[in-house]
Amino acid sequence: MADQTLDAKGLNCPLPILRAKKALSTLPPGGTLEVLATDPGAVKDFEAFARTTGHELLESTTEGNVFRFVLKHKA
Amino acid sequence: MSESAGAKRMSIIVTKGTLDWAYPPFILSTTAAAMGLDVTLFFTFYGLPLLLKDLDLKMSPLGNPAMKMPMMGGHMGMPNIMSMIPGVDAGATAMMKNMMKKKGVASIPELRSLAVESGVRMIACQMTMDLFEYRKEDMIEGIEIGGAATYIEVATQSQINLFI
Repeated sequence: MADQTLDAKGLNCPLPILRAKKALSTLPPGGTLEVLATDPGAVKDFEAFARTTGHELLESTTEGNVFRFVLKHKA
Repeated sequence: MSESAGAKRMSIIVTKGTLDWAYPPFILSTTAAAMGLDVTLFFTFYGLPLLLKDLDLKMSPLGNPAMKMPMMGGHMGMPNIMSMIPGVDAGATAMMKNMMKKKGVASIPELRSLAVESGVRMIACQMTMDLFEYRKEDMIEGIEIGGAATYIEVATQSQINLFI
């Protein structure tokens, strides 16, 4: 279970990333954030976001038409 | 500027101020800031109105054959002559804004506040301010005013420099 969940369903690029970044900044290092999104572009975008920022993308899964990501705030 | 040591930098010259063209600079700058970059936007010529307190963004299908709206299962462009008819551009603008809202696309005022909030540096071109008679009081808080040399200095220190 992630420390915090962000519902970004229905939001389009770049809002899921922007909201995720905002939520991550409220978490301590090592804290985890679950993001739910319906924007198919978010799949590649969260990978790129994680590679560039150093926050770890622990999970990236699809359930129906909802994409679920778990990010870990970098230590 | 929210200058973080060792952070990568991006600059964008913003030259267009219609509703559609306002998107790329604000989407890219907010995203880059979220990804840890220091971002500077330089607003010049028709990009300058994007800094006005009162945003009144419009768009026109005139001279834009690539602008095709989804309609009745297909896509429909608009002949140039339609734009001459009063109300058609306003209608196209309203239609675009509705479509964006429905698809969860952020509005420009929202993206601009997010840019300000995330420390994106915004520079208004002094020459354009003089040329079109804009005053600093007409613009949102926190912007700077500068010229070409100010931009070039930023560009020499940036890994990404875009012209939109």
